[in-house]
This record gives sequence, structure tokens and C-alpha cells, in this order.
Amino acid sequence: MNRMIKKYNRREFIRLSASTSAGLTLAMHLPVNAQSAVKSGGGIFDPNAFISIHEDNTVEIIIKHIEFGQGTFTGISTLVAEELDADWNLVQAVHAPADASRYANLRWGTIQGTGGSSAISNSYTQMRQAGAAARQMLVAAAAEKWKVSAGDIEVKDSVVSHAATGKQATFGELAGAASRQPVPSEPTIKSAAEFRLIGKSLPRKDPGKTSGEATFTQDLNLSGQLTAMVAHSPRFGATVASFDASAVEKLPGVEKIVQISSGVAVVAKDYWTAKKGRDLLKIQWNEANAFSMGTEEIMDSYRSLAETPGTVARQDGDVDAVFKSADTVYEATYEYPYLSHSAMEPMNCVAQITESGCELWYGSQIQTMDQNAVAKLLGITTEQVKINTLYAGGSFGRRANSHSDYVLEAVAIAKELPQGTPVKLVWSREDDTRAGYYRPLNYHRVRAALDANGMPLAWEHRIVGQSIMSGTPFAGMVQNNIDPSSVEGARNLPYHIPNMQVELHTPEDINVPVLWWRSVGSTHTAHTTETFIDELAHAAGKDPVDYRMQLLKDHPRHRGVLKMAAEKAGWGKPIAAGRGRGIAVHESFKSFVAEVAEVSVNADGSFSVDRVVIAVDCGVAVNPDVIKAQMEGGMVYGLSAALSGKITLENGMVKESNFHDYQVLRINQMPEVEVHIVSSTESPTGVGEPATPVIAPAVANALFAATGRKYYNLPFA
Amino acid sequence: MIKLNINNKDVHVDVSADTPLLWAIRDHIKLTGTKFGCGIAQCGACTVHVDGQPVRSCVVPVSNMENKKITTIEGLDSNVAKAVQASWDDMAVVQCGYCQSGQIMSATALLSANTNPSDDDIDKAMSGNICRCGAYARIRKAIKDAASRINGG
Repeated sequence: MNRMIKKYNRREFIRLSASTSAGLTLAMHLPVNAQSAVKSGGGIFDPNAFISIHEDNTVEIIIKHIEFGQGTFTGISTLVAEELDADWNLVQAVHAPADASRYANLRWGTIQGTGGSSAISNSYTQMRQAGAAARQMLVAAAAEKWKVSAGDIEVKDSVVSHAATGKQATFGELAGAASRQPVPSEPTIKSAAEFRLIGKSLPRKDPGKTSGEATFTQDLNLSGQLTAMVAHSPRFGATVASFDASAVEKLPGVEKIVQISSGVAVVAKDYWTAKKGRDLLKIQWNEANAFSMGTEEIMDSYRSLAETPGTVARQDGDVDAVFKSADTVYEATYEYPYLSHSAMEPMNCVAQITESGCELWYGSQIQTMDQNAVAKLLGITTEQVKINTLYAGGSFGRRANSHSDYVLEAVAIAKELPQGTPVKLVWSREDDTRAGYYRPLNYHRVRAALDANGMPLAWEHRIVGQSIMSGTPFAGMVQNNIDPSSVEGARNLPYHIPNMQVELHTPEDINVPVLWWRSVGSTHTAHTTETFIDELAHAAGKDPVDYRMQLLKDHPRHRGVLKMAAEKAGWGKPIAAGRGRGIAVHESFKSFVAEVAEVSVNADGSFSVDRVVIAVDCGVAVNPDVIKAQMEGGMVYGLSAALSGKITLENGMVKESNFHDYQVLRINQMPEVEVHIVSSTESPTGVGEPATPVIAPAVANALFAATGRKYYNLPFA
Repeated sequence: MIKLNINNKDVHVDVSADTPLLWAIRDHIKLTGTKFGCGIAQCGACTVHVDGQPVRSCVVPVSNMENKKITTIEGLDSNVAKAVQASWDDMAVVQCGYCQSGQIMSATALLSANTNPSDDDIDKAMSGNICRCGAYARIRKAIKDAASRINGG
């Protein structure tokens, strides 16, 4: 059973639809919620296919998003199964093929992809309508067959029944007849009171992960497949001047040595041979355009920039006027390093070029973008680039690479091999750590003045950092020189402060490859804003929770999670000497998270994070346990970076290489964690990212409470 | 040719003597449940059992493995292992899943030697296994749950 890599293409769908014995495949036009298509302003009106009901009663749900741990196979299947009234035990999830005409992320117009914690939110109505339409067709088929009114038919656990006549049939039995029913244009979806599955912690639908059976890219073994590794330049922007592969050629099992734009690839029969060969290459790099600054130098230039006005991203009132007349102006500066994603599965991709095009197998996060990049490289059409999306061993943004970096490497290598040869590009952990794409290094400066009651009267926030979106297919999102991902979390600061200014500097001469990293801009803006507001509360002699509550009058959902986290954590209760409690609240991806951290500080200044209480408001909780898992894991990801995450550049070269020097959180550092979900009827919003940015300020505030020392820079170490 | 005993089966692999056990298992014996994560015994994704002990297969040359009994995730069949896997599923430990073969191999080795591990014991046995999805709280809970399954019969 390897359903997850079962391949679908348009031809198969048509065949499936046409053949009654193959069961019901639902192809239909689904209206797009106009407000959700922010980019194109239009909608997707091409046929979509999300459900395939088989004769054996299996309900196969075709998932347009990648499953890389966040639980999208479970969440999206729940939406479909809910409306279909399917038996959860008979539901299986599979990855959709790459085809933006059917599988676009409705938040992104006509792009298929996963990111911005949008999988459930963009699918919520679409997938429920898909399930409801299928149900309606099954019911219509039964009504026709039994000659009864559709209104008297019930559906439960994949069984369609008619009480008065006692007739019943399974989905599988009705699938053929159902496929001949007209597709409802506006299927009726359930009210929340009718939910049977949404809101329950159903077991996950990404099986095979405790037995070693699940297939990741790394595990693919196609017939005749070779393995490739690439020697990258030690400095970003360098190119190959010349290379000597004489030692490599002598190695048994080496099949080919290929120069590509990012370096030199060794293609061999297996990983170990490819790696040995790669390490034997002698390469002369042309470093004329190579980046050669160090982290400290970059930070210094940012410190200077922060003293000058930036591009205004938000302006309320007149901060300068307040600062001129204020008795005291509070000021703090913050430093954030480059961060590596360091997913467990290093980057990899299997590519095969044939006469008809290019086929890829990997954990594709933004299929459409990768298809376009590959099509451009090969001079073929987007449709000729076939992507088989596989489970990925994490991503955290890394596989949503705006330049399709590792994918293009695999394709460039495949192009140099005999046609039809599948090649698996594998990065080592060192490649993954050093070959780029980091959370940008950032510098922040914040200033504030308080009124007579100690409440903030003016707030000025200046951010310096590289743009993630400029120069990528997302460049259109950069408006008036403001990359929204640089200022998110700062520009929309919810606190009621009459005079507020947020400014941005985007240095363009720092050629370090940067990328979204779980929760993107909020990874730094949340720490700045939530530690500084805490500092102001302290300066005003007020309780940090009360202070925030007072400033959040018009933000009930922020208040809701703040209150819940504080209550559950026992905020205000006495705490032992040497221990501290800190809180932070932040909105990202339209979800609201508050976290309370408890720390113990030792005499030597070392500390441990003992307990974390998380409250989240993400609208309707589709699967509470998956949400809890994402809150726990998202928090850990942020805590890991806050404690020790740091990529250091020295003369343009990355110092860290593997988990011994890019340290990540381990089980012995794991705090106790509890998650509480605010009950809500709002449409569901993201859960993959929003817990991540909140932990660093919560811990910093707890450390401040315990020690009186302010933790302005990350990592804490 | 190097002779290995993997999951109670003798197999011969045609690899150079310095090839790490991991790559013999993955690329030649085609058992892909054992994962590659770091290559320097820092992450634990490649954990297998060698004569019952947890070993990071990414740093052990295959030539040192003759005459030893190697067990991979595919070959786990002890009652302890089954309890661990059942607890893992019940506690919904897994997210991306990539590290989980290694986590389960380490946890099974721990519980095979110590059916009532303390938090400290768990830290010691499991801190060599990184989980970037951050499932550590559930891993701890699942180990304790598996322990109670084992002790309960």
C-alpha cells in the first residue's frame, strides 16, 4: 500500500470519471469565496477533483497541500468527510498532482502551494462544498434507485439509508450511479450544530510513520536511479572557475561529473560514493561577485542605518512631537541572527527528464512556482513539468524556496544524464546548513514615551533587514518599498497608542540568501514588541497582563487568549525565588496566541524553561489535538531558536555546519507544556506558525522577572 | 562482499569497507525506514539496534558489523517494540515522521533494558534523538504509556 505516491494525471481522472466500475470521482466547478482570492481578485472556475470513492468503500481524498507534519491530511480530510458523512476509518488522503487550475491555494489566486498557515483556512468552504456535493449525488442516486424522496434519506458513516423502507447501501455500492448524477452547483453545507467530525480529535491520516513504511523523497528508489551530490561554493555568489575531478573519476561507482550553475555535481550509484566523490573534487571558485561580509560587519551597518529614518510603514499621529516634549523616552535595540530551517530531512529531489517533459518526486511546497522555474530552465511548458508531491521531513518554509534552488539543481543534473535516467539529488546536513536560505538577520530600534498614567503615548519602531520577497515571484507583494513580511507583527501592533510610527530599512547590498522561516516576520517583530511593552509596563509600575489588557480594548481575541493563558498558568500567584514568569501575546496568520513561560535561573546565570502554557484562538478548532500538536511543536521551534539558534558568517562563509554547532532543542531541555483552545465559531485560521514567535518574548519576560536583566538579543546564549 | 545479519536475515552487500552501515541498509538492502539526518551521530534519525543496543548507523563502518545482529525499524517485533509503536500512535506523537524511526528504536532499546524509566532515564536515552517538529512532550508521554502497557502485561 503506497497510496501516497500514487500518481494521478488529468487523463486518469477522466478515465476514472467515465468508468462506473472505478467508482465516483467528483469533478466539479466550485465557487471561490470572493474575499479569499486576494491576489487575482478572481476565482477558480476550472473543474476541481478532490474526492474519489472506490468500490471497496474507500473514500480517497485528494489533498492539494503538502503534508509535512502539520496535519493537513487530517484536517482537510475532516472537512470533506464531515460533509460527506463518511466513515473516518474508510478515509484515505493522498497528495494531489501539481495542477494549479484545480488545486490552487485560494488565498494565493492561481498558485498551488502551502504556506502562511493557510491550508485549512483557504480550504474550509471549498472542501466542505466538495464533500457536500458528493453526498448530495450519492443521495440522489439512492433516491432514484429506491424511488423515494431524497429528503427522507439519511447518510451516516458511509452508509446511505431510508428509514421507512429499510433500504440501505454503502458509498461503494452507490458510487457508479452517483457519478451519473448532475453535479450540484451550490451544495448545502452543514451548520456547526450538525458537525459530527469537525471539533473532534480524530486520528491522523498520514500513516506509516511509526513503522518506517512512509515514503519520503530520501526513500525513493526508482529503477535505474542514480544519486547526486553537489559541491557548493563556500561563499554566496561565487561561480566555478575550474575544477579537477581526476581523483573522483577513479572512484568505482561514479557515473558522471557535471558542472551546474550552483557548483559541481558528482553522480554515482549510491549516496556514499557520490559523497566521497564530491568531497574529492578540487574546485577553483571565481569570487569576483562573492559575498564576503561577516555577521558582525552586517550588524554594524544595520546599527548605523537604524539611526536614520526608514520607509514609513505605519504612521499614526506625530511621534516626534511627543518625543520632543517627553521627560523620559524609553529606548531599546534588538539583534536577531540569521537562522537555518534545519528540517530533519535535508533538501532532496528526484528528477527524471523524458521526451515528454520532466517528472519530479519530492516534498514540493509551492508546486506552481517550482513548475514554472523548471519549465523555464528546460524550455518546456509548465504542464510538461509533472510533480509527485511526497511527504517531507519538515520544511518550516525551506521547501517554499522562491528560487526553487534545490529543485533546479536536480533538474540541471538530470539534463546532463542519458534521457530517462532518474537522479536523486541529496544534500548532506552540512549542505543544508551552509548552502543558504536563512531567516534574515534583523536589527530593531524601538522608542516610546508614556503619558502621566504610564500608558504609552508614542511608539516608534524601526526595523532593518533584508527583504524576503524582492527579486522573487512574490515581488509584487512589495508595495511602496515595504516588504510586508519584514514588518508583519510590528505594523499591525494592536495596542492602542495614539502616536505610532513603524519604519523599515531594506539593505540591498547584503547578498545572503534569505527566506521565510516558520512565522516569518513575526519571528523577530513579536520578540521586539512583546518585550518592549513588558518593559513599559514595568516602567509604569503595572502588571504586564493588566497593562496589555488596557491597551487591547478593541481587540477581544487578543484579550481572550491573554486572559486564558494567564488564568491557566496561575498568573499573579507567588513564585519561588530564582524563578520567573513571563507572558506574551501575538497575532500571526489571523490566529491569536498567548504564552506564559516559567523559568528557573541558577546562580551562574544559566537557566531552564520549566513550563509553558499556551492559549490559542484559531477560530473553529477542526481537530483540537492536531492544533495542540502544532502549538507544542511551533513553540519548541521558536524556543530552540531563542535558546541557541544562530548562523554566523565569517568573511562571507557560514561557520556552522551540523547539529553539533547549530544546536537545536533536545528532549532534556523540553519544558512541560499545556495548550488551551478558545472556543470559537469564527472561520478557522492558521496553526502551523502562530505559536512560534510568542515563546521568545515570553521567556525573555520571564527571565527579566526572575533576574531584572533584559534580554534584547537572540539567541539568549 | 560484506556479510551482514539484518532483521534475522543474512545478506551480502557489495560496498566499500568504509561505507557507513546506514547507507548499506538504505541504498543496498533497500530498507528505507532508517533515516539519514546528519551523518555525524548528532540527530539519531539513523538509530538501529546492534546486538540489542541502540547505535547510530551513520557513523559505523559496515566492515565492523559482520557477525553482529542488526535490527532496523522494519525488523522490530518484540512486545516492547509493539507497545512503543502502539503508544506512539495513541498519543499522536508523530508530525512529519522523519525522525520517528530513530525515536522508536531508541525508546524500544530504553524500555527493553528498563521497564520503568524515570524522566532522567528518558532524557539520557532520548537526548540523542532530535525532533524538529518538537514532539518531545508526547514522546515522553508515549514512553511512559508504553512502560505501563509492558508492565501491565
